[in-house]
Amino acid sequence: MYDGGKIIAGIIIFLAFALFPFYSNIGKADIKPPKPSLDTPVIKALKVKKCVEPEQYMRESHMQLLIKWRDSALRHAKRVYVNSNGEEYVISLQKTCLRCHSNRSEFCDRCHKYADVDPYCWDCHFSKAKQEEQR
Amino acid sequence: MSINRREFLKYAGLTCIGVGVGGAQLFVTRVKPAFSDFKPADYALKAKRWAIVIDLRKFKTEEDYKKVIEACHSIHNVPDFGDDKQHEIKWIWTEDFEHSFPHQQNKFIPKTVEEKPVLLLCNHCTYAPCTRVCPTKATFKRPDGITAQDYHRCIGCRFCMAACPYGARSFNWLDPRPHIRHVNPEFPTRTPGVVEKCNFCVERLDLGKGPACVEASEGKMMYGDLADPNSEIRRYLDENFSIRRKPELGTQPAVFYIIGGEEDA
Amino acid sequence: MLEKALNGGKRYWTLIFILLGISAVGFFTYLYQLKTGLGITGMSRDVSWGFYVGQFTFLVGVAASAVMLVIPYYLHNYKKFSKIVILGEFLAVSAVTMCLLFIFVDMGQPMRIFNVIIHPTPHSILFWDAIVLNGYLFLNIVIGWNTLQAEIKEVPPPKWVKALVYVSVPWAVSIHTVTAFIYAGLPGREFWLTAIMAARFLASAFAAGPALLIILAMIIRKYTKFDPGYEPIQSVAKIVAYAMCVNFFFILLELFTALYSNIPGHVLPFKYLFFGINGHMRLVPLMWLSIFFSLFAIFLLVWPPTRRNETTMLFACIIGFISLWIDKGFGLVIGGFIPNPFEKVFEYWPTFPELVITIGVYAVGFLVLTILYKVAVSIREQQAESGSEPVH
Repeated sequence: MYDGGKIIAGIIIFLAFALFPFYSNIGKADIKPPKPSLDTPVIKALKVKKCVEPEQYMRESHMQLLIKWRDSALRHAKRVYVNSNGEEYVISLQKTCLRCHSNRSEFCDRCHKYADVDPYCWDCHFSKAKQEEQR
Repeated sequence: MSINRREFLKYAGLTCIGVGVGGAQLFVTRVKPAFSDFKPADYALKAKRWAIVIDLRKFKTEEDYKKVIEACHSIHNVPDFGDDKQHEIKWIWTEDFEHSFPHQQNKFIPKTVEEKPVLLLCNHCTYAPCTRVCPTKATFKRPDGITAQDYHRCIGCRFCMAACPYGARSFNWLDPRPHIRHVNPEFPTRTPGVVEKCNFCVERLDLGKGPACVEASEGKMMYGDLADPNSEIRRYLDENFSIRRKPELGTQPAVFYIIGGEEDA
Repeated sequence: MLEKALNGGKRYWTLIFILLGISAVGFFTYLYQLKTGLGITGMSRDVSWGFYVGQFTFLVGVAASAVMLVIPYYLHNYKKFSKIVILGEFLAVSAVTMCLLFIFVDMGQPMRIFNVIIHPTPHSILFWDAIVLNGYLFLNIVIGWNTLQAEIKEVPPPKWVKALVYVSVPWAVSIHTVTAFIYAGLPGREFWLTAIMAARFLASAFAAGPALLIILAMIIRKYTKFDPGYEPIQSVAKIVAYAMCVNFFFILLELFTALYSNIPGHVLPFKYLFFGINGHMRLVPLMWLSIFFSLFAIFLLVWPPTRRNETTMLFACIIGFISLWIDKGFGLVIGGFIPNPFEKVFEYWPTFPELVITIGVYAVGFLVLTILYKVAVSIREQQAESGSEPVH
């Protein structure tokens, strides 16, 4: 093999880069699935404990729904959402979603941290925790 | 079987596409709600062409202006940069007559008018240059005539600021949050790197309330539907001579000023 | 072909590493800007575009100017340009790269850049600018690369490359026209609201680009074995002379319309740039320097003895280039914002971090240029040794 040493060194450097996400996270992953908490005063007071859409859908697709809500309210001036059961909700992240889910760090952040996503909602919108911090 | 390099690349490419398409399927198939719909609230205020009239004759004291500006800036979390004119952000503010209407140069208007502060805000032009130039439709015309701004979509190119002939737009040069004195948690703040301006209180209209500045002006300002000949605002414009800023540019501003003379000062 | 860029002497690698170092400093300063916001620049609510957009505008011109070599060579069969036309094409690649980077560093939310594609908006000039700039970059890479490759193999370049060359001629005009339209269609910015904006842009581009090309060709002649030759450079110098004259004529046209009509909106930006308003006169010395350099360069390039003398000709190109850089990279953008829509003056001056980022972008551009020129020059040196001429 020509230049065997150089090739092997190159392969090692390549592997060191390519495998970086794997070895840098060894032992760090919290393998237990996250348990978002529903323990807030508003949710406790609800007679029927349900979100605007079925739990499974919300868990998997809340981000798509939020984008639809955002565009509907902001771009089309339609601020009422009629869900799959014909029930109506006011479209507002702060006044609808976060009224129930006022526990950002126990609800939103747990899953987001687990999935290692960092949505920029909070750059502009206030979570309850942030409100208290500001006051 | 032997294959040459060209064939190998061909098959490798096809395999990649196949795996990619298959993999994408995993992300596409999701639970969907059976039916859902969006509609405006019954209590939302609707119009064909929203407009504002500012009757400067009725503004007498500094306090009159301050109340209006404060009402807008506090509910919309508009930061206050103090004396830092470079980074300042404003949705509604005052400027003297001469600079508010620079094309109306006239040395012989009443002194009181010349020195009178004029309330300035986004004109929500019918032919808005800012929405024409925006490369992402982050700023756009609503069917009711309001020039809206979608902060989620704004890329911060500031083309709209160059295009606006009225200096109505501000850019978030720095993080606005440390500069907001009293936070209104009901309304979001903005993130650094986006352009913002007066939104005609769309969030209030959609909930059945009029613009905050008009409410705080206690009758010195008025809002309504220009397209409705029987509206209060149309009658007011019929009865009082009004002017608009830089009408010669053809933007058709929707903010009307009633100036008055010496006796109204 | 790129392997030729890996085979260089000590001087070559020193240059590469210096440019890499400057780019790195620029990059880290950019990270600081990304974190803090564009507030670290000198831009303001009133002057909302500054140095970055000025450099972008200027460099679009440099990129477009490649066409000044392409037209004589490909359309008029002017053989003397056969060796240097590639320098123009690669300069265009480097200039467009810098243009795109300057747009990027000027954005408030650069991570949302793909919104321009996700939400295509044909009524926005920026949408078209993105299309023509990226298209021009692509055209010049493909054309430059394939003609060079054909030269190595000593065969004529494939026919489709010729077709792309013809496309690239109007395309070059389009990039600067569309860039001028960014400015020339805005109501209320009277300084920019002029029908000859695109024409003036092209004239100044066809002066500044070829002037830079002459400077680069002289450097290449000094430090490599590739000599672009006396006559081709003289021809380019004539192009610079004509274009500078036309550009200066256009500026006079602008001045006539503004001053004779005496419409305040048209007069005031010129007054600010050349005399200052109410004691605000930061740009005044620069603008007069630009005028003086322009006239001097025109004189040196038009009068045959000083044009034929390569030392004075090179000097003329350098001061001409600086003059046009001040006029377009500085005066044009800033002048449009002063006075502001209230006819008040709020001045602008770039800050230190802003300059570092700007220099960083230029370093990236020159890095691209150095590598591409290295490839081209190596091939030319080989040809010079074997005594063969490019086949077309």
